[in-house]
Amino acid sequence: MGLTKEQMAKRIARELRDGYYVNLGIGIPTLVANYIPEGMNVVLQSENGILGMGPFPYEGEEDADLINAGKQTVTLLPGSSIFDSATSFAMIRGQHVQLTVLGAMEVSDNGDIANWKIPGKMVKGMGGAMDLVASADNIIVCMMHANKAGESKLLKQCSLPLTGVGCVKKVVTDLGVFDITPDGFKLLERAPGVSVEEIKAKTEGRLAVQGEIPEMVV
Amino acid sequence: MNKVVAGPDAALDGLQDNMTLMVGGFGLCGIPENLIAALVRRGTKGLTCISNNAGVDDFGLGLLLKTRQIRKMISSYVGENDEFERQMLSGELEVELIPQGSLAERCRAGGAGIPAFFTPAGYGTEVGEGKEAREFNGKMHVLESWLRADFALVKAWKGDRFGNLVYKRTARNFNPMMAMAGKITIAEVEQLVEPGELDPDLIHTPGIFVQRIFQGSAYEKRIEQRTVRKRA
Repeated sequence: MGLTKEQMAKRIARELRDGYYVNLGIGIPTLVANYIPEGMNVVLQSENGILGMGPFPYEGEEDADLINAGKQTVTLLPGSSIFDSATSFAMIRGQHVQLTVLGAMEVSDNGDIANWKIPGKMVKGMGGAMDLVASADNIIVCMMHANKAGESKLLKQCSLPLTGVGCVKKVVTDLGVFDITPDGFKLLERAPGVSVEEIKAKTEGRLAVQGEIPEMVV
Repeated sequence: MNKVVAGPDAALDGLQDNMTLMVGGFGLCGIPENLIAALVRRGTKGLTCISNNAGVDDFGLGLLLKTRQIRKMISSYVGENDEFERQMLSGELEVELIPQGSLAERCRAGGAGIPAFFTPAGYGTEVGEGKEAREFNGKMHVLESWLRADFALVKAWKGDRFGNLVYKRTARNFNPMMAMAGKITIAEVEQLVEPGELDPDLIHTPGIFVQRIFQGSAYEKRIEQRTVRKRA
């Protein structure tokens, strides 16, 4: 079966720590904001120039001058600040942001990531992804384990143009949680009802399985 | 000191074919709507546009793509524009995609007189190809050069006749760095106020960076993704 998008977001939220400044990418990573544990102080950074981003506005209160990096209307929380793009990427490049969560098309077992271009098909651009992955200490990739054609996205080597090299630390997919180690994708947790064999079969890159792999609590 | 010009058409005086422009904004947020409309009227061609995005099909820089006035775009993300994609894939439009943080810093460097700097972004990718690479603190970085423009077109919330600017919310984005990097920087503002009305402590762009200013009109401020939540 595997995890739903919401369950993936919920699992990633367990990686948050009190006092973290966090940048959440477009798509499933954005959902992580819905599962910040009660009482935990986490400040969301949006690379177009917000610290302290709040939820979507109530209907009728949308402000065209207040959007997130996905161009969605958002709100500001008390204590928020606004800044220009150079300052925003100073926060990112300067490693002042503690956690980055982003989606990917491919990840390799040495931590390379590809998520900005499919030659001849799709060229939307990298946006802030290259700056984020090159600089962040703590990068979690959140993506489906296989693409729509059923092919593994956890590879020996990325086939698409790279966004960054050797930078991903952790991968959360619908099937499991993996650390990137010198031995490849180290399986830490399985999604409920998903066997190690299924994960092995659906992982093209090197997979390290040591001992009993616990089922994730979601 | 009076940098006020009559309007967007007068503001573009001297802008010629094949020039390089910077255009502020992130998506459709904080774009100089009046100046883009005036550029369409002016019909200037062969432009190189440095802007984080390329607008949508019928708004923002998309308007200048439709009229084929842009020869080259330098951006970080161009996802929401079918006409852009068509012109790029057919080879009519030259496109240079660069990481968003590098784009912001290259503009800032251009305005600050720093010809180049090292950044880790793009090392080991297509973006780093052909660029000098160097290790600092055990990590590889690529050399990126400054960006400067013949004209920078920016949008602010409030401004005065000295060219001092204050932006609103996330409409700030790339506007301050681009204002610094233009040989001629034109600011269109929603409210043109008297000198002294803006608190000097709270000015985002000091007037020295701005050569021309005018109060824009009929702002559409289109929203790309209208996302809302239900009231409890």
